[in-house]
Amino acid sequence: MQKEYTVTVYTEDRIGITNRITIIFTRRGINITSLTTAETEIPGVYKFVITVMSTREQLDKVVGQIERLIEIHRAFVHEEDEVVYQELALYKISTKALHTAGDVEKLIRENNARILTITGDYFVIEKTGHQQELVDFIKKLEPYGLIEYTKSGRVAIVKWSRRFHEHLKELDKSVASY
Amino acid sequence: MQQKDVLPMKAEKEADKRLDVKPVITGAEALMRSLVAEGVETIFGYPGGAIMPIYDALYDFQDQVHHILVRHEQGATHAAQGYARSSGKVGVAFATSGPGATNLVTGLADAYMDSTPMVCITGQVAASLLGTDAFQETDVIGITMPITKWNIQVTKQEDIPDAIAKAFYIARSGRPGPVLVDITKNAQVGKCEFEYKKCEFIRSYQPIPELDQEAVTEAAALINSAKKPYIFCGHGVLLSGAENELIALAEKAQIPVASTLLGLSAVPVDHPLYGGLLGMHGNYAPNMLTCECDLVIAVGMRFDDRVTGDVNTFVKQAKVIHIEIDAAEINKIIRADVAIHADAKTALEALNQLITPARHDEWLKEFEAGHKKEYDKVQHRELYPEAGEIKMAEAVRLISEKTNGEAILVTDVGQHQMIASRYYRFKNPNTNITSGGMGTMGFSVPAAMGAKMGAPEKEVVAVVGDGCFQMTLQELGTIYQSQIGVKMVILNNNFLGMVRQWQQLFFDKRYSSTEMTNPDFVQIAKGFFIPGKKVTAREDLSSAIDEMLATKGAYLLEIVVEKEDNVFPMVPAGAPVSTIRLE
Repeated sequence: MQKEYTVTVYTEDRIGITNRITIIFTRRGINITSLTTAETEIPGVYKFVITVMSTREQLDKVVGQIERLIEIHRAFVHEEDEVVYQELALYKISTKALHTAGDVEKLIRENNARILTITGDYFVIEKTGHQQELVDFIKKLEPYGLIEYTKSGRVAIVKWSRRFHEHLKELDKSVASY
Repeated sequence: MQQKDVLPMKAEKEADKRLDVKPVITGAEALMRSLVAEGVETIFGYPGGAIMPIYDALYDFQDQVHHILVRHEQGATHAAQGYARSSGKVGVAFATSGPGATNLVTGLADAYMDSTPMVCITGQVAASLLGTDAFQETDVIGITMPITKWNIQVTKQEDIPDAIAKAFYIARSGRPGPVLVDITKNAQVGKCEFEYKKCEFIRSYQPIPELDQEAVTEAAALINSAKKPYIFCGHGVLLSGAENELIALAEKAQIPVASTLLGLSAVPVDHPLYGGLLGMHGNYAPNMLTCECDLVIAVGMRFDDRVTGDVNTFVKQAKVIHIEIDAAEINKIIRADVAIHADAKTALEALNQLITPARHDEWLKEFEAGHKKEYDKVQHRELYPEAGEIKMAEAVRLISEKTNGEAILVTDVGQHQMIASRYYRFKNPNTNITSGGMGTMGFSVPAAMGAKMGAPEKEVVAVVGDGCFQMTLQELGTIYQSQIGVKMVILNNNFLGMVRQWQQLFFDKRYSSTEMTNPDFVQIAKGFFIPGKKVTAREDLSSAIDEMLATKGAYLLEIVVEKEDNVFPMVPAGAPVSTIRLE
């Protein structure tokens, strides 16, 4: 059955590595719904967090084919309940709302959001959470004059992981090849 | 303009040794020295603008490296594949940027599917021009990403030796495959200090998995208790040099062995436990008995759809042991009850120690019965026809007999390929070279050239269809220029035979664009100064093959065969293997 999965991939830092990973999803016609990548605590090693709608069976094979790539350290598929994850959204609102609607402050506090910056014309709110909460928050802000909304992909930490940091440090002792 | 080094290269090298300093040379020369350090003796290639500095450097290496000038870059890749498969070394091809690079695509994809170690070097426009749509610029890295085991663009001369070292290490280790190294022109002409270190380790790449002894023990227990065990021998057996270990396993527990298309020649056809060819046009018994066995020991194979037919019914009644070096192949198509993620030789060596001798006489008799059925219904009339036009199978039988099963057989794609694979009686490992996974028409003539270069002492016979031949026949020019002694046998039915067969069986005989009006092939060969002969009558066939084999150097034999011959047995695409048809 199709459902949302999180795929995590540890890679070397190499030009084109994103392409190498994504074409494996493309071949099987799997749409990537979000992709976040950044360097890990070990310089030169990157972590990708990819969300997709697919089946476990497909993704087990995809992950095998990703791991086959030369510059990939490891790749994993995670069920929804195997990861703790967050996404981050920014909302730009007209500053007028601060003057006209007095309950914005309450709304922000109740939703565990925070204001990042305020200018004469607009202010920017930041909220972290899961996809649905972040989207729901748009609706709540719309009456105040939402100017722009943007959301990141997912960052995820695996519940069952034990020694990831140690593994990465061991990796760091061997010379990066690229 | 670049300045050529004034010192002659050899003298310079001696001087380097004495002074213990690193020589300062161009990137192009660094590439040539790196290739020599990797033991490269033969390169197939085609020059052009963006690779000219490399060809200029090659000029100084002619005493160490034999460059074969092909007639099309696709030919260079297939030749490199043929070379790799016959010699066990990494095949090397050169091409220029743009169209030169894109012409490598088919061969790279073919080598990727068929796990063939190959390193392709492409020239590229100068780094400053990358991304500007410069003349003959193409994003060959992007294009070849899904069809190479690895690729890299080198834009700095000092990175060339390292890239080449990695390329060869990656191409030949683990499950072999093609690698492409794209070198920008500025890196070819720029100077750098040269030092070569072979690559033996890449931290994100484990080509040789650690053997899981527990899995081996589990597998041995399954084998020791099986009533109808069955070995599938794949290309991995040849790639890891595990032929003897595989045969030892088969003999110790009296297990029948069937081969995949690319596994052919790992086990001699006349071995008593050899059960024949698996797959769509394989033999009857080995296919049917996939439905009877209680244990499959799949070694170095990937359950291609041409082998499995309908996967939902394939070996469902049996337990499966899958010995495979590429983890991504395990559980990809058929779920393994015991997976041994390992090099075939290592795994079989360990496994053989735990196998108790056994006999499976009744089980083996089932193969004999199946063989008899196929022989009576198909093979006899194919191999020994007494009237009518020449049959493809009888031509292959004669070639097999007259070469004593010891030639390297290079086949193209289609009916003739299936017939040759079915009827050639292979004696020695690595004597079957064909395009299996990709099914690349036009493969055999250039691949045969490469195979002959890789094993000059062997007779190399390409069996090719009339359609296939016309896809790469320009390589006759290469064969003539480089005096490569390959024998080419065109089995000419004036049809794209396999497509026609499908049209006959599944498309109501609507022969859409499959009939060919062919040229005079012998005249074409003659135009390339290659001797040849055309045979149309059965009584001339044997002597014509003798004449071909007696000829020193290249030869083209055109055999006009039955126009609407079909290959049987046949498992219809996607159907259960049990639906195999004998007619």
